[in-house]
Amino acid sequence: MEHLIINLFQAFTGLLVDLGLPPVLAEVALLIVKWGIIIAIITLNVLILIWLERKISGFFQERLGPNRLGPFGVFQTIADTLKLMTKEDIVPSAADKLIFKTAPMFFIVVSVLLYTVLPMGKDLQVLDLNVGVLFFISIGSLSTIALLMAGWGSNNKWSLMGAVRSVAQMISYAIPLAFSLLGVVMITGSLNLQDIVEAQKNIWFIILQPIAFITYFISATAELNRGPFDMPEAEQELTGGAYTEYTGMRWALFFLAEYTNLVAVSALMATVFLGGWQGPWLPSWLWIIIKTYGIILVFFWVKWTFPRIRMDHLMSFSWKFLVPVTLANILLTGAGIYFFQWIGWC
Amino acid sequence: MAMDTEKITEELKNRFHDKITLQEDKFILKFLVEKDELLNVMGVLKETYGFNHLANVTSVDYGEEFELVYHLYSIPENHKICIKTRTPRNSAQVDSLFGIWPTADWQEREVYDLMGITFKGHPNLVRVLLPDDFTGHPLRKDFVMKG
Amino acid sequence: MFEADIYTVNVGPVHPSTHGGLHAEAVMSGEIIQDVIVHLGYVHRSVEKIAESKTYQQFTPYTARLDYLATNLPVLGYCQTVEKLLGIEVPERVEYIRVIMAELSRIASHQIAISATGIDLGATTGLMYGMRDRERIMDIFSMTGGQRLLSSYIRIGGVAEDIPDGFISAVTSFVKDIPKMMREYDGLMTGNEIWQARMKGVGILSKEDAISYGVTGPNLRASGVPYDIRKAEPYGIYDRFDFEIPVGCVGDSLDRWNVRIAEIGESGRIIKQALVNMPDGEIKAKVPKVIKPEAGMEVYHRIESSKGELGYYIVSDGGTKPYRLHVRAPSFINLMVLPVICRGGVFQDIITNIATLDPILGESDR
Repeated sequence: MEHLIINLFQAFTGLLVDLGLPPVLAEVALLIVKWGIIIAIITLNVLILIWLERKISGFFQERLGPNRLGPFGVFQTIADTLKLMTKEDIVPSAADKLIFKTAPMFFIVVSVLLYTVLPMGKDLQVLDLNVGVLFFISIGSLSTIALLMAGWGSNNKWSLMGAVRSVAQMISYAIPLAFSLLGVVMITGSLNLQDIVEAQKNIWFIILQPIAFITYFISATAELNRGPFDMPEAEQELTGGAYTEYTGMRWALFFLAEYTNLVAVSALMATVFLGGWQGPWLPSWLWIIIKTYGIILVFFWVKWTFPRIRMDHLMSFSWKFLVPVTLANILLTGAGIYFFQWIGWC
Repeated sequence: MAMDTEKITEELKNRFHDKITLQEDKFILKFLVEKDELLNVMGVLKETYGFNHLANVTSVDYGEEFELVYHLYSIPENHKICIKTRTPRNSAQVDSLFGIWPTADWQEREVYDLMGITFKGHPNLVRVLLPDDFTGHPLRKDFVMKG
Repeated sequence: MFEADIYTVNVGPVHPSTHGGLHAEAVMSGEIIQDVIVHLGYVHRSVEKIAESKTYQQFTPYTARLDYLATNLPVLGYCQTVEKLLGIEVPERVEYIRVIMAELSRIASHQIAISATGIDLGATTGLMYGMRDRERIMDIFSMTGGQRLLSSYIRIGGVAEDIPDGFISAVTSFVKDIPKMMREYDGLMTGNEIWQARMKGVGILSKEDAISYGVTGPNLRASGVPYDIRKAEPYGIYDRFDFEIPVGCVGDSLDRWNVRIAEIGESGRIIKQALVNMPDGEIKAKVPKVIKPEAGMEVYHRIESSKGELGYYIVSDGGTKPYRLHVRAPSFINLMVLPVICRGGVFQDIITNIATLDPILGESDR
């Protein structure tokens, strides 16, 4: 199957070159086609995920979840999206119009960009970057800017406060996030995501780096503003998060971006810790889907079980606990690599 | 330890003479106290007899006079006593018990809000249940209910 | 140069939780609360004035609307007050039935407190667990009197009708499941790290403050004072039952939470004993058709409601309607202590403190 897709791509570029297009432009055209596919995948994913989250949370709480529209309520998300699209688009008169309107677009663009380096199968990704992991982490951190734009552009004291809290949270947890991946990078010796998948041929990194898996999971939950770390969002009960002044489709874009981020981060975890697209019998793209959704289900599980962490506990947890733990993990990994090289295992 | 009602009655009578009158009630030991001695009586009840729980502060409109009713309990001995005082309708003012029991704060505010009795020495005597711009005191018998 | 501003943040009156219309204005300096100003009156329905124009029997349903989450308790308090005024003694069977209904209401009320605290702190699943278990009590209530939420079962002089078939088995099976429910609440919420971090040491109410501010009920017991009206001044037949009073140590939110869960267990014990010892007999005492207590009689009767000391003060002038009726509402007085326990804390603690004080605005505003 993978070969089929790769052959299709090559046939496509070949056709364009034959029609007289210079090869560079043919590659660009292929890139546009690939991005179209990615966006289709993302949209489909988000539609499924929103429905899945509501059904699963209902299952945890012994209630039904959506069950009216379509069999098992599968059309609920479509109905909600249609509703949001038809809502009045209110832009506060005192808001900074440019920043206010571009914040959600910026957020979703950043989230979609994360898919550039994700391997979706054997040799299937948009770009095989040699600095894949670095690209992922740095682009991921850009979403803090989007939040700050939303808070500032709203010209609302509470939005700004909520946005500032969100940004503080995301910056604090970006550090353990990056450090957790460093152990894997040290063992592989490369930042290239395909190399990392290849390096897990014999043993998955979750077994070699269990602490890094857990700290990455926790940091990712905080980065996604999800689960027990959704205090900046839940502020809507109290003051108002960064999204207060947004209505209709703009608001929907923020949440779509969050779900997009969720899938991207889970796919990264599957790639880096669970062996990526490797697996027997089933095709590689199916394996990555299964592993990604497995991790997404764990994210849901954590969110619907735990209460929210208070803001000051959140910050002290990151700086006083996670950062030292991830640093210790790096130290141990380095010592381990040196030790195993010395005794000749690798 | 059960409350020695006779001992308390005697001691209070000795202390406050005719400012305090024993009233008949088959449920609880009840005294009617002169308005100006209220603070002193309450202070004595709290300090000497250990009535640390001011359970209930309320008021009744008897036409010419308002009557204030206080129910006091002691934790943990669980003695109980009821003190009443009266104030004339056209100058309804009583000393506030906030200094002795902070729980009198909102309870007296409610009496002021609904009955219109003011409390001297209350730190924050504003309406508590009705809107701030409400005129009148509904629990008074002459309050006209519309609708 | 960098001085924290003083600003106010409003919590409520439209509050996404089941407390009712509570408006708390938090005066903050930076992240620390300096003061909380509570504005009440959003649910004020002038119940005390209405009482003066209704006969004693007509007023009974109004009392159920006071504390609408544990309705048998205020109705029980009112009926016992009127019975005291008239000097009526109710039959034995009625006393036992009333105890069972009252304790079931207490459990239902505490379950709402648990659910509301859960959702206020973010554990939405906790809300669902409490509500699911409470549904069983609602089904039991609808068996007797036909009403799920607002009870119309306890009347002056007795109960409306005898308990139907199936009541005893439903109550027995519910009581048997109580330890399992308590374990589930503890497992999901109490033992959780995050839960402990958000509740431990938050909103400490000292013993002296609790007594001097007139706080009663689980809040008082959580502060370390073992005072329960069912034991201190037993009403009805509560002196015949063997039960403990759960008491906290420090008076923080975690203690208030734990006391409520433990009280569910104790109520289960009382119900079990009541079921075993319930005799047969009449279900209504001889009450005159037109209730006219003696002129000049007045009484203050109090019961241990799920929120605290619920007292009724009735003055009679010999007519068919009370001359004056006053409700001593525990939530009204418990809320007085909210500024005291919030000062010096962080903003999110206001939510935790309101949830664990468990006010009910219908009773607080009357």
